[in-house]
Amino acid sequence: MHPAPSIIVFTVLSGLGLGLMAWIGLGFGPATGAFPWVACILALGITGFGGVASAGHLARPDRAWRAFSQWRSSWLSREACLMIATIGLFAIYAALWLLWGTRIWLLGAVMAALAVATVYATAMIYAQLKTVPRWSSAPTPTMFLGVGLGGGYLTLQAVLAISGVGGSVLGMVAALAVTMLSIAHWRQKARGLNRDADGSTLETATGLGDIGKVRLLEPPHTGTNYLLKEMAYQVGRNRSEQLVRAGWVLGGALPLLLAGLALLIGGWVLPLALLCHIAGMMAFRWLFFAEAEHVQALYYGRG
Amino acid sequence: MTTLPESTEKKLGLVIDLDICVGCHACAVSCKEWNTGGYGAPLSDQDPYGEDPTGTWLNRIHTYEVQPEDAPAQIVHFPRSCLHCEDAPCVTVCPTGASYKRAEDGIVLVNEDACMGCGLCAWACPYGARELDAAAGVMKKCTLCVDRIYNEHIPEEERKPACVRSCPAGARHFGDLGDPDSDVSKLVAERGGVDLMPEQGTKPVNQYLPPRPKDSMDTPPLNLADMAEPAPSGMLGWLDKALERLG
Repeated sequence: MHPAPSIIVFTVLSGLGLGLMAWIGLGFGPATGAFPWVACILALGITGFGGVASAGHLARPDRAWRAFSQWRSSWLSREACLMIATIGLFAIYAALWLLWGTRIWLLGAVMAALAVATVYATAMIYAQLKTVPRWSSAPTPTMFLGVGLGGGYLTLQAVLAISGVGGSVLGMVAALAVTMLSIAHWRQKARGLNRDADGSTLETATGLGDIGKVRLLEPPHTGTNYLLKEMAYQVGRNRSEQLVRAGWVLGGALPLLLAGLALLIGGWVLPLALLCHIAGMMAFRWLFFAEAEHVQALYYGRG
Repeated sequence: MTTLPESTEKKLGLVIDLDICVGCHACAVSCKEWNTGGYGAPLSDQDPYGEDPTGTWLNRIHTYEVQPEDAPAQIVHFPRSCLHCEDAPCVTVCPTGASYKRAEDGIVLVNEDACMGCGLCAWACPYGARELDAAAGVMKKCTLCVDRIYNEHIPEEERKPACVRSCPAGARHFGDLGDPDSDVSKLVAERGGVDLMPEQGTKPVNQYLPPRPKDSMDTPPLNLADMAEPAPSGMLGWLDKALERLG
């Protein structure tokens, strides 16, 4: 599948921002120092920026408001509705906390549940597609939730550090362990889930399997088209291996190293660890799309 | 609404005879011609006369080679377009309500005024039947020529999808596949019509008729050259022998 930068930025950042919102809603983080302000503004900023980036994927962003209408049937619509509900409740929760100093636990808990549901809905947009076995047959929702909540907790610790109210290295390590294990688990389950993983072949696609083995003799057109650009993206093996390495190093190893370093030279390096982690997650999300194969490309002779 | 109707009164669709299709692309060309001026936004082309032309088509013709285990390979031309599935995954994923399946005849359509061009329906379709138009930014797909089949302003014989009307070989048929007594349903029953990618669970309405089985020669002729030059008989035979004696 075509790895569109807008969707990669959107899913990584909104997942992380919603994760942070969930932890704040559950009462994590003290009410002292700059923490409440930095955490709330960052949570809204990251999630909002991600949401705006998602509109970059639309050919007609002026009609994006219509996406709130089909929550009964469509996961994309559910995601949009849940996202707005979460951001709205978070804004109320944050305003009450920042301006009046009260954290309403029930409001926070409902908002946290909505944040988790939003990340789940995002994952289901991909997990529902039978046409892409790598997304539908691997534990995609678990991975999105692990990465979002782990990344959110990591952000929480980084904000604690820069607000001068601590930030636990142990918490950083736990968050990194959750994100990286979710990705490792997903990648292990997704291995070999190519476009033919659920039994679709050029023979079932053409209905000619009873006669014999089918191969493409002549494509319908000599140039490219929307279908090939969008659903027959091919990633080079070398490039994919490099990105996997970049993902592990940037997403897990370097932030771990920086968290350890924080014990020696102070918590100011933790935001750097967070930036590294986000870059690593972008590499993995790029691969999430680029390595996924769509059954439709069978018609074009892609095995 | 992007929920699917529980059932449709009719199941209008196409039956495509792979035994007859000659791969001339006339159906694709006439589809493009009709639909670029018909329902909704035109089917645009980008860089049509340049080095890297692309464009929106609702019908595309592939050519495949099928290799049986113990017989020579066969060539099969294969037109590919929307199958107007009963369980159309493209409809239920739509976040805006632009994609819908009509309860009256089962045609799957896009309300182009509501489409925001997210492309998720094209991802959900296993058949590659939906293409996002690069100029209009809305999803285009086969409408089963909904603006022809009910159109009382054109002669009755024209009230068929453009692809069916234009096929010079008679490889394309249009009708109600929900009615077991319709011509198309009888044809499907008689010829053993098949669903494409049944494992995807989409229950396609359009049916493909596989090529008829080829006959095979049990005992091939021993000497093909002899068959090409039969031994002369009668007057010619006498002359042949006489010349041979002289020679």
